[in-house]
Amino acid sequence: MEIKKAAVAGTLESSDCMVTVEPGEGEITLDLDSAVIRQYGKQIRKVIGETLKRLDVTSAKVTVVDKGALDCTIKARVECAVYRSADVRDGLPWGGVIV
Amino acid sequence: MNPNLKRLRRSMMFLNCQKPSLIKDPYVYKPDSIMLDLEDAVAEKEKDAARYSLFHALREIDYRGVERVVRINGLDTDLWREDIRCSVAGGCDAIRIPKTETPEDVRRVEEAVEAAEEEFHVEKGRTLIMAALESARGVMNAFDICKASPRLFGIALSGGDYTKDLQTTISGTGVELMGARQHMIIAARAAGVQCFDTVYTNLNDMEGFRRDVETIHMMGFDGKSIINPRQIPIVHEIFTPKPKDIIFAEKVVREIDTKKAQGIGVFTVDGKMIDIAFYDGAKRTLALARASGVYKGDL
Repeated sequence: MEIKKAAVAGTLESSDCMVTVEPGEGEITLDLDSAVIRQYGKQIRKVIGETLKRLDVTSAKVTVVDKGALDCTIKARVECAVYRSADVRDGLPWGGVIV
Repeated sequence: MNPNLKRLRRSMMFLNCQKPSLIKDPYVYKPDSIMLDLEDAVAEKEKDAARYSLFHALREIDYRGVERVVRINGLDTDLWREDIRCSVAGGCDAIRIPKTETPEDVRRVEEAVEAAEEEFHVEKGRTLIMAALESARGVMNAFDICKASPRLFGIALSGGDYTKDLQTTISGTGVELMGARQHMIIAARAAGVQCFDTVYTNLNDMEGFRRDVETIHMMGFDGKSIINPRQIPIVHEIFTPKPKDIIFAEKVVREIDTKKAQGIGVFTVDGKMIDIAFYDGAKRTLALARASGVYKGDL
C-alpha cells in the first residue's frame, strides 16, 4: 500500500498512542517516543514493523508517540493511519491483512 | 438454537470504542455484558478509528466470559454495514441496533450479519441481535420487532431519545418512561425475548439509581443498561435472588413435584397457598440464581 499523503490516528491519552505516517523515500523510517521505551521499545517497534509489512507498506516516514498502548491498540492506530492516508474507509480486509 | 439467547444479562455496560483505556479491561468490574459503542459516544471523524480498535480488542483481549455486544451506527447512516463486517469478523457475540422502529430494520441487520458470517467464515447463527427502541414509533412496534428474527435476544429502551420524541424530559422519577417500560416488557414476554431498561445518567444520585433498578426489577425486566462500573454491584444485588427466595423456590418445586404424584393440586408451603401456577416462576428463580452463581442445587 502506498502512503500517498500524511495521516494521523490516535491520541496522547493514557493507554493510547498517536501514529503519523507520511510519504517516505523508498524505505521505512520510524521515530518512536515512549515512556516505556526501555522496557518495551523493542516490542513496540516489532508490532509497528509487522503491521506495516502486512499492509505492504515499504516506503513511509512513521512517527509514533506511545502512552502505554497495548499491542492491539498500536496495531489499530497504525492501520487506521495507513488506510486514512489512502482514503480507504469501507470494504476493509478484516481478518485478512488486518489481523 | 443459539444457547446464548437466554443468557444472564443483568448489567449491560456501555464502553466507548474510541477510548482504548475503556475497552482494554472492563471485565475486572464483572458486568454480565459490555456494549462496545461505535455510535453516539464516538466522534464523527473517529468512526473509522473506533472500528480498528474494536476489531483488535475483540480478537485479542480475553474478556473472561463477559458478553461482547457492539452498538453499530444507525441504519440511516452509511456506516452501519462496515460496522457489522468489522464486528462479525472480530467475533462479537451480538449486534445492538440503535433507533429501531420497524421489524424491517431488524431484518436488514439480520441480512447483513448473515452475509458477514459467510464472508468471514463465522459459524452461521453465532451472532445475536438486540434492538434498542428510541422513539414512540419503535415502542408501538415493540412486539413485531421482538418477533422479527430468531437471532433477536431482546429489546432495550433508550430513554434519552425516547423522551425527546415524546416531547418531555428525563425527570428522575420514571413517570415519563412508565408507558414505554410497561408496553415493552409485555411485548417482550409475549414474544419470548428479554427486555432491558435504559441508562440512569446521574452518577451523583446512587439512591435514585437504586430506586430506578428496584422499579424495573419489579416490572419484570431482565437487566439494565449502565454507564459506570459503580452501578454494577447495585444492579446485581437487586437482580440476584436472595437466599430466602432460593430456599422457598426449592421448596415449591419439590412440593409441587411430590404433590402432583400424589394427585394433590393445591397445598401450602410456609403458610402460602401454592398450586401449579407457581412452578415456572420458582424454576425461573432457581435458574437465575444458578446463572448468578449463588445456587449450586440440583433443581
